Amino acid sequence: MKTLTVKLKFYVILCLITVGIASIVWNCTRASAETTSMPDEVDYNFHIRPILSDRCFKCHGPDANKREANLRLDTPEGAFAALKDNPKGHALVAGNPEQSEMFLRIISKDSTLRMPPPSSNLKLSQYEIDLIEKWIKQGAKYKPHWAFIAPRKTRVPDADEDWTVNEIDNFVYDKMQQKGLDPNEEASKEQLLKRLSFDLTGLPPTVEMQEKFLKDTSPNTYEKVVDELLKNKHYGEKMATYWLDVARYADSHGYQDDGLRTMWPWRDWVIHAYNANYPYSKFLSWQLAGDLLPNPDGSTLPSKEMLLATGFNRNHKITQEGGVIDEEYRVEYVTDRTNTFGKAFLALTFECAKCHDHKYDPISQKDYYSTFAFFNQVPEKGLFGTIDASFADPPNMAITDADVKSLLNFINKRDTAKVMVMVMKDTSKVRTTYVLNRGNYDAHGDSVTFGLPKSILAYDTTKYGKGRLGLVKWMLDANNPLTARVFVNRIWAQFFGRGIVKTVGDFGMQGELPSHPELLDWLAVDFRENGWNVKRLVKQVVMSATYRQSSVITEKHLKTDPENIFLARASRIRLPAENVRDFVLASSDILNNEIGGPSVKPYQPKGLWEVATSGRGSLSRYVQDHESDLYRRGMYVFIKRTVPPPTMLIFDASNRDQCEVQRSRTNTPLQALVMMNDPQMVEGSRVMAESLMMEKSSVDEKLEKAFRKVLCRKPKEKEMAIIKQYFDSETSLLKKDAKKAEKILNIGEYKHLGVPDKTTTAALMQTIQMLYNMEEAIMRG
Amino acid sequence: MENEFFKNKLNITRRHFLSKSAVGLGSMALGSLLIPGLFTGEEENLAQLPLGLPHFAPKAKRVIYLFQNGAPSQLETFDYKPMLNKMAGEDLPESIRGGQRLTGMTANQTKFPLIGSYFGFKQYGQSGAWVSDMFPNMAKIVDDLCIIKTMNTEAINHDPALTFMQTGAQVGNRPSMGAWMSYGLGSENKNLPAFCVLLSRGRGNGQGVYSKLWTNGFLDSTHQGVVFSSGEDPILYLKDGEGIDKDSRRRMLDKLAELNHLGFETSGDPEVQAKVQQYEMAYRMQTAVPELTDLSKEPDHIVKMYGPECLVPGTYAANVLLARKLSESGVRFVQLYHQGWDQHGNLPNEMPLQAEDVDRASAALIMDLKQRGLLDETLVIWGGEFGRTNYCQGAFTKDNYGRDHHPRAYSIWMAGGGVKPGIVYGETDEFGYNIIKDPVHIHDFHATVMHLLGLNHEQLTYKHLGRRYRLTDVAGKLVPGIIV
Repeated sequence: MKTLTVKLKFYVILCLITVGIASIVWNCTRASAETTSMPDEVDYNFHIRPILSDRCFKCHGPDANKREANLRLDTPEGAFAALKDNPKGHALVAGNPEQSEMFLRIISKDSTLRMPPPSSNLKLSQYEIDLIEKWIKQGAKYKPHWAFIAPRKTRVPDADEDWTVNEIDNFVYDKMQQKGLDPNEEASKEQLLKRLSFDLTGLPPTVEMQEKFLKDTSPNTYEKVVDELLKNKHYGEKMATYWLDVARYADSHGYQDDGLRTMWPWRDWVIHAYNANYPYSKFLSWQLAGDLLPNPDGSTLPSKEMLLATGFNRNHKITQEGGVIDEEYRVEYVTDRTNTFGKAFLALTFECAKCHDHKYDPISQKDYYSTFAFFNQVPEKGLFGTIDASFADPPNMAITDADVKSLLNFINKRDTAKVMVMVMKDTSKVRTTYVLNRGNYDAHGDSVTFGLPKSILAYDTTKYGKGRLGLVKWMLDANNPLTARVFVNRIWAQFFGRGIVKTVGDFGMQGELPSHPELLDWLAVDFRENGWNVKRLVKQVVMSATYRQSSVITEKHLKTDPENIFLARASRIRLPAENVRDFVLASSDILNNEIGGPSVKPYQPKGLWEVATSGRGSLSRYVQDHESDLYRRGMYVFIKRTVPPPTMLIFDASNRDQCEVQRSRTNTPLQALVMMNDPQMVEGSRVMAESLMMEKSSVDEKLEKAFRKVLCRKPKEKEMAIIKQYFDSETSLLKKDAKKAEKILNIGEYKHLGVPDKTTTAALMQTIQMLYNMEEAIMRG
Repeated sequence: MENEFFKNKLNITRRHFLSKSAVGLGSMALGSLLIPGLFTGEEENLAQLPLGLPHFAPKAKRVIYLFQNGAPSQLETFDYKPMLNKMAGEDLPESIRGGQRLTGMTANQTKFPLIGSYFGFKQYGQSGAWVSDMFPNMAKIVDDLCIIKTMNTEAINHDPALTFMQTGAQVGNRPSMGAWMSYGLGSENKNLPAFCVLLSRGRGNGQGVYSKLWTNGFLDSTHQGVVFSSGEDPILYLKDGEGIDKDSRRRMLDKLAELNHLGFETSGDPEVQAKVQQYEMAYRMQTAVPELTDLSKEPDHIVKMYGPECLVPGTYAANVLLARKLSESGVRFVQLYHQGWDQHGNLPNEMPLQAEDVDRASAALIMDLKQRGLLDETLVIWGGEFGRTNYCQGAFTKDNYGRDHHPRAYSIWMAGGGVKPGIVYGETDEFGYNIIKDPVHIHDFHATVMHLLGLNHEQLTYKHLGRRYRLTDVAGKLVPGIIV
């Protein structure tokens, strides 16, 4: 008897361990599916569908051509129907796992029967099997995919009113409590200011701003700063930077010869649109159909600004390789537009339905080409001309001095020459669109007409009309379940480092589930109901107590919520590539804060373009700019697609090959090398050292000021001690070798200020460089 | 090196960090730049997980891919077709062309006059493989080579064809072969990236290369190919600024680590400690990499093998020698690109220049690896992105002609790393146009290369936006006929 108890105990412990491991794995891969133990009620959307979608739908899902055994498990009709090869059997029998063939197959010991088959390299964990069993026992209830049901505002949960500022906090607090977490303290004023300043403008707060904020003790100090920063002209730049990734903006055509293109006026428009706080509805519809919308001034032609906005759909790569087949590339461009549309606005992987029905999401190949039809009407060529034949292939538009003096006054046109920009236009006669078999440009299948996947929202031509105008109406329909959610989620990811739906580019079956579904829906509806007001949304986010928490990470955080899904602290986020550059230039006061204009070519290691070029075209050699053009913000650094700016890529920027909605955030030795040795970074230290040397202040004061410029806060005593030690040791060593100081200071083209004491300047410069290399420097905490 | 590592006074924080963060480690472990051996002792294995282990015993540990960019003609390298000389000037029979789509450059040609090689061919070695007279050095080592005459692709233009060859898809921002290998196997050397890229330009008509070819795609950007140059700054930003010597850099890093340690105490973020380690690795690279890329100290017999050009930075020969050194030091995947093989016209004059630039060094690499006992574990690949037409592009004359792009059959060779030596694999028809035996599609080629490295091409997947991606997409069959 005793041994039996021991054995039983052992077995129980073993089970617990197994379940524990399973749930850890579960939590890692499906972090938002909230289960450390078996849920009381198993939910199809949150618990079951992620498993079925990932492990079963590839062969038993929406793709009719690849469906095995004629069985589909993504619909209840399919799953409860009599089996084709065994009409007495059913894949699912509600309430009865033992009679559910599907369950019997997933637990089968016989590897020839077991599902998923071993050859698929897919497996179910015991925990997942248990979930499925319980779900069947509870009646195997299917639900439509959450993202395809229009969002609705639910009741705002109660929360600790001492903590909450707005509704965001109620939702977050509620979830946090469920997880046994409490919010962090509010961040220090210095940390908050740095966070706000980088998040809203991509620039560090100046020492003056820090002083002012620290001194201001009025109750609405924080809100005042928020309002000021939202009005700051650099807000538009910061917001635009994200959109340029989505829109795959670049300064060259891509593909191998990779000639110059002049789409930068479109980029200037994006900055303008954010600064002028265009509602998202206008931002979206002008970019998708500005050429077709009625002109606000009543004239029949679209305004030049509306036309310019449509450049969004022409930012894709264009080939200049002689000898390509015209139609092959024309189709490629339409494909790029279609895929970009899906990812940018709907967060769906449309591209998966190009060659066959989507394997996971209810997007058929026919749906794909019906959407494709909207973008298939452009009077364009696959190959307009070879290298440098054109900087803006037709259809295009000229921007003249007169335009810039009137309607397009936000364009930073630097000379009197007109600039050509690619824009959208539809052919006068509708081009018939065909399903392309296996996605091949020349394999025409059935013809299709304008349409969108009905699983999202049926496209009724009588209601919306045809063409891109109809598309826009469909997007902005209050019943469209995705438009607002996708944008709100992207903004959220921008400010919290992680979307409420982590996969900001995939709201489909294979995407992550929302960590705070009710919050996402509440925000989406609120956003739409308030006129798609972007600045209002941003303010809502940054005003929240959730946003204002300190970023201190405790042992408990690391244990219970390492990814910070439940937001019991602020996330520490490494600055995006562009802002790393901006930060150094701004803090050392050499930033040229001009907005817009043609992209610039700052310092770059020799030979990068030259070694990779075919030798043809105006971009075969890198001709570096000088003077103030060296000090423009990161977003204006020239992007030649085949050789993107190296420091940008090293800090995880997009290569602008395709639409990208999420960058990775890595931490590599190459980044350390950039921070230590890129002349642009080192030059900042040199200039700051020289200008501090010109100030009448003590060494301690200089060091402290440098610290505040770089770290955006006052140094601690211990930190000052280390910094001074370093400064002193460098000073005494450099005193012995005066030439060395000269060499160290000999960096960058920025004018030297003529400080006589080279030794001290060089030691100060070295010290500042060390500050720039601190981990905290390029982190927004 | 070790010495320098221990010079870091705050090395001790490593353990502190490890004990603190089970979480940070996972994200660090994946990087190709990171680096078994950075953690000594029991953590070593941990640092390599979950990837970094092959699926089964590998034959090859490393790859050197000598990419001949622009597509060298198979008909003037390894696929000897005397009938084309006999039929010179006659039109390609429609039955042979079989509806093959043509590039825009020859689509409007009314005639497709066949043309044979201007250069002679001879048989060499035990295998009796035919090699063009332009490649006397490669001819000498045919018994070490596995020549595949039946590579084929769907792409007919350079950009998509190159992208296909390198990433397994004609379009799209997919990870390249080297990035996949870095992701799947990690790095063997703690001071070097797992995936390195070397570029050179030839003397023939060139097509550019582009960073898309060595992109990490949707993989973490630590798997991106790191471009090395043979100039004085072999990796971008490696060299310290003027007036900064090793000691002063060390002093800065020590104080920096102290400051970061204080920062860690405040924020509690394990990423801070990871950052300290990245700076340490950068510091070690600053010594290790220039030592490695310095070719000036190569012994005479090595210079003789690769040819005097190997001492001229940026040449193909210098890059091949550098590739050997990187590979020998544990770089998983060294990818070279040599431009200039796009002979649409003037082939008899241009191609010998290209051959002259690459022949000696390519052969030297095989001999060099062999004499070092490394050929068995190093897979070397030589070839371009598609083949060239058996008919003339443009005006036809007997002693001058050009060839357009041809996707249906082209030749490459592989050597070492578990590939059968001294064989010629696959057969094309007597026109050199269609494959008649043993085709090797790009997906098959990728599957086989992965197999040689101990990876199952169907199992090495990465889930991105809801889909599990593979280098071989949804295709790819092993080619057992070329595996030892």
